[in-house]
Amino acid sequence: MIPERARPNKSALKSWLLSDAPASAFQARAGRIYSGCLDFSKNRSAVLGLSIILFLILIAILAPRIAPCDPLLTDLKNRLQPISPKHFFGTDELGRDIFSRIVFGSRLTLYVVGLVAVIAAPAGIVIGTISGYLGGAIDTLLMRITDIFLAFPKLILALALVAALGPGIENAVIAIAVTSWPAYARIARAETLTLRSCDFIHAIRLQGAGPFRIITGHIMPLCLSSLIVRVTLDMAGVILTAAGLGFLGLGAQPPSPEWGAMTSGGRAYILDYWWVITLPGSAIFVVSLAFNLLGDGLREVLDPRKGY
Amino acid sequence: MKKTVWIALVLSLLAANTLFAATPGDTLVMASKLDDIITLDPAEIFEFTGAELAANMYDRLIGYDVEDAGKIFGVVAESWDISKDGRTYSFKIWDGMKFASGNKLTADDVVFSLQRVIKLNKSPAFLLTQFGFTPANMDERIVKTGDYTVKLVIDKPYAPAFFLYCLTATPGSIVDRQEALKHAENGDAGHGWLKTHSAGSGPFALTIWKPSEILILAANAQYHSKKPAMKRIIVRHVPESATQRILLEKGDIDMARNIQPDDLKGLSENPSIRIRKKVKGALYYLGLNQKNRYLKIPQVRQALKYLIDYAGMESTILSGKAVVHQAFLPGGFLGALAETPFSLDVEKAKGLLKEAGLENGFSVTMDVRNTEPSISMAVAIQASFALAGVKLEIIPGEGKQVLTKYRDRAHDIFIGRWGPDYMDPHTNADTFARNPDNSDAGQSKTMAWRNAWDIPGMTRKADAAVLEKDPATRVRMYLEMQREHQKSAPFIFMFQEIEILAERANVNGFPLGPSFDSNFYRFITK
Amino acid sequence: MEDIIHHRRIYRTLNRAVGMAAMVGATCLGLLLATFLIGRIVPIDPVLAVVGDKASAEVYQRVRLELGLHLPLWRQFFIYVKAILSGDFGVSVLTARPVIEDIARVFPATVELAVIATLIGVFSGIPLGIFSAVRQGSLLDHLARIMGLIGYSLPIFWLGLMGLMVFYARLNLLPGPGRVDVFYENMVDPVTGFLLIDCILAGEWGIFRNALSHIILPASLLGYYSMAYLSRMTRSLMIAQLGQEYILTARVKGIAEWRVIWGHALDNCRIPLITVIAMSFGSLLEGSVLTETVFSWPGLGQYLTNSLLNADMNAVLGGTLVVGAIFLGINLFSDFLYEFLDPRAR
Repeated sequence: MIPERARPNKSALKSWLLSDAPASAFQARAGRIYSGCLDFSKNRSAVLGLSIILFLILIAILAPRIAPCDPLLTDLKNRLQPISPKHFFGTDELGRDIFSRIVFGSRLTLYVVGLVAVIAAPAGIVIGTISGYLGGAIDTLLMRITDIFLAFPKLILALALVAALGPGIENAVIAIAVTSWPAYARIARAETLTLRSCDFIHAIRLQGAGPFRIITGHIMPLCLSSLIVRVTLDMAGVILTAAGLGFLGLGAQPPSPEWGAMTSGGRAYILDYWWVITLPGSAIFVVSLAFNLLGDGLREVLDPRKGY
Repeated sequence: MKKTVWIALVLSLLAANTLFAATPGDTLVMASKLDDIITLDPAEIFEFTGAELAANMYDRLIGYDVEDAGKIFGVVAESWDISKDGRTYSFKIWDGMKFASGNKLTADDVVFSLQRVIKLNKSPAFLLTQFGFTPANMDERIVKTGDYTVKLVIDKPYAPAFFLYCLTATPGSIVDRQEALKHAENGDAGHGWLKTHSAGSGPFALTIWKPSEILILAANAQYHSKKPAMKRIIVRHVPESATQRILLEKGDIDMARNIQPDDLKGLSENPSIRIRKKVKGALYYLGLNQKNRYLKIPQVRQALKYLIDYAGMESTILSGKAVVHQAFLPGGFLGALAETPFSLDVEKAKGLLKEAGLENGFSVTMDVRNTEPSISMAVAIQASFALAGVKLEIIPGEGKQVLTKYRDRAHDIFIGRWGPDYMDPHTNADTFARNPDNSDAGQSKTMAWRNAWDIPGMTRKADAAVLEKDPATRVRMYLEMQREHQKSAPFIFMFQEIEILAERANVNGFPLGPSFDSNFYRFITK
Repeated sequence: MEDIIHHRRIYRTLNRAVGMAAMVGATCLGLLLATFLIGRIVPIDPVLAVVGDKASAEVYQRVRLELGLHLPLWRQFFIYVKAILSGDFGVSVLTARPVIEDIARVFPATVELAVIATLIGVFSGIPLGIFSAVRQGSLLDHLARIMGLIGYSLPIFWLGLMGLMVFYARLNLLPGPGRVDVFYENMVDPVTGFLLIDCILAGEWGIFRNALSHIILPASLLGYYSMAYLSRMTRSLMIAQLGQEYILTARVKGIAEWRVIWGHALDNCRIPLITVIAMSFGSLLEGSVLTETVFSWPGLGQYLTNSLLNADMNAVLGGTLVVGAIFLGINLFSDFLYEFLDPRAR
């Protein structure tokens, strides 16, 4: 894709990127990304959200180096110790270092968020675009199935599924993914419906491209931006749902340092040992806030049409 | 606008509600866990809380002294005789007792109550059917011999204590026959109705039960003995210890039944609250499945017994909640063995593992109920096993799910809590030391069977012990079985449970018995 | 000519109604199939769940036959659908009562909570949304956005626990968990099941006040989430309306600004707003699962959670089905509003 011609020097780069009359598709695309980045970087709260998430990813990668203790190491003699230089966030009911557990817990949070995105978003986009592009009976069938899933309240369907599959973080991910894809399918279908009748799709069809190529090569990429916004905004909800499942004892199981389960465990000690419950709860709040901020910012940049 | 009206309303309520009244003087308000109650029919009750409630709503033929379980006395029965062959028990019933309904309690009610347990054949029916009663023969074996006399004939000359203790258990409750039959449907002997109502002669009668929410008892005006001081007992379902504690501290309740060790510390400094403890019969143990290729090695079983930090757990996560106990008969039972030969000894365990050729350790899983204190115990055991290279993977699950696996003998290690069904030692010997048929099709799914422990020898010993009439010889037999058990069994007994009760200082007289079906509310005063 | 148009419209309406009915039917069947399948993949022996751990083999076999577990799957599904349609949701293992009876008993508590929470949400969220839309970029607008963002990011169970700790345990301003103080329990006959209404009917003002003070904290908590959602939606709906030409016309005509906003613009948001409120009410029913657990609120949420933790699948699936049906009803209701009331959709 990169054109052969000499790259513009730095001073000219900006004007090349912001040119009103791009000379190539590449220039147009690069320009769009650049102006998007400009808009995005002006949105301070979105940048804050992104930085928190990047920071979280960094913590998750470096967890073994950051955490002073093994998150699973129990030390019954040092249980429920308050905040101290040795234990930044104190210790829990089994004498485990809460700071280390929160640090390692970031991996679980990212794992859940990532896995749900990887499972639900592609499923949604495939079903939505196929349904929207092909129309007819296939559309009716696929949308009926989507409606059935949408008819269920998310958390309760997730609860029922987890009850059936058995508690555990993998099953929580499956349950959340199962409840998330229908919304994505709906969005992808709506986008496809408007795109389907666009002139350029007609043109491509006249050139002899089959439905598979049109959907994967042209429609899907154009659905991506609104989908990314929706997925990012949903991630906050996913984190809260996963934590809620953990809180009810149906998500991640002990001794894994999942934040929701840690909050639930701290419930018994709320009166005398506030840190056991407060800190994991705050961690959930900060991360889901970050996803909300980022999602809001992305929406303004990528999807300015939809005001809310 | 409307918003301000709303705010004003909220604020006025806030101001109005800063004062909290104490509970009324003739009402006892108690916080407990009610979610284990699935029925209130004494022929079906098999849960701790249900058993306690039944004990307060129904009388049984006989009872035992809560301080000294060896002393048995009559309740509905005035006296009894045992025939020379040890098979026929004749009971004389008090004349003049009445049920809460006002109906007189007669021999008909006793016969009806015991027969309906056998006929309904619910989970606890074995407490009676193990004496040879069947729906076919019960009319000849449970017989009314007069208006106030009843004869019971059992199939073998068991140790008398065994049969009598079984009659003190919940299925021995005497139910109001006329009342039950009035509500009977399709010949269920009133079972459907009695699940959610009471028809007994005990000091209290059920007012209402909302599952997992609340249960209210009212004093029975017809009660034959001293009338209870409390006119109403309200039991509210409060699953969390911290919540129970704060309700108690604020005086919203008079008694909290499920205080966990960590809240105990906070409460013990409060002068208006009293804490009481009673050692119960329930045991915490590990079951090691003999189908596992590591666990079936005798040295491994013994090594694991040395890889548990009994004292450490007792003083921390179980502080005040359990006491170390390492034999299958709980303290307070006839013939209970108090010796605790095991403690955390990593070197000894490593030596035993080396003998078994497993000096590098091995991996094994453990199924755990996802409730406390099981989870904390499991995590602590995981840590101490690791000291000798035994890698333990914890598989937490919901109670019934874990049990399904245990009953299918599909576990490696199971961490369980076992409560005796009646006060006779046979209740635990029957399940931990008997396994008549170790095949997968085995009908008697005892704990020994579940862990695939094939023990024809010990099964015979247990069978002999329950027929032994001389108490001293019987004690010796049980002690010997428990020692043998400690040397070879795939069971690691760890703790005996302690019931903790926290009450407001003005509440007096509530006795705590050795089992839950002997916690009587009628003695409470305020 | 008129007649033909009229007929055509009736025909179209009828067609839509039939289509909708077919959709509802299909969705209901899908709901049933989903709950049925979930019930079959549980790794718990359903017989064991009924008879308990210590039952004899003979009792076990009898119950297995009673439950129809020996039949092929499709026949079991058929039996299941037939039972559900006749209102038989099975018996709860935990409470030993028919699930439908249990749900009827606990549901009013949830609705009571959700209604008050929705009221709080409506009376705070909609004005907030309108103000933010009218004064975009003002301090209030920013504040509303931040409050909304926080609401979307806070774990509700955690906020509830913190609320209890602060207002009940520390400050002693509000009563603790539960619907009413323990010794007031069962003093009012459950006529409607809505405790507040029952208290009024019985004239028990002391209990009424106690119950109201108990509902404040959980309802405000849920109301906060409802407010976050409603203010955001109101804001964007209003912004869209305020940009319309007729608003400009009205302003040019010299109609007072407050009438333009509260009269014209808000009036045109009415239908989407009702939909949004209905949706928020639905999500409150769902959000109650965690809130009720925290506040020991004896509603459907707590019932579901309790059943889940005890693997009481009849109760879990029954509850899921009921909430699913209510969601379906809410969706249908909003579709109906759009289809038949909104002049633009005709």
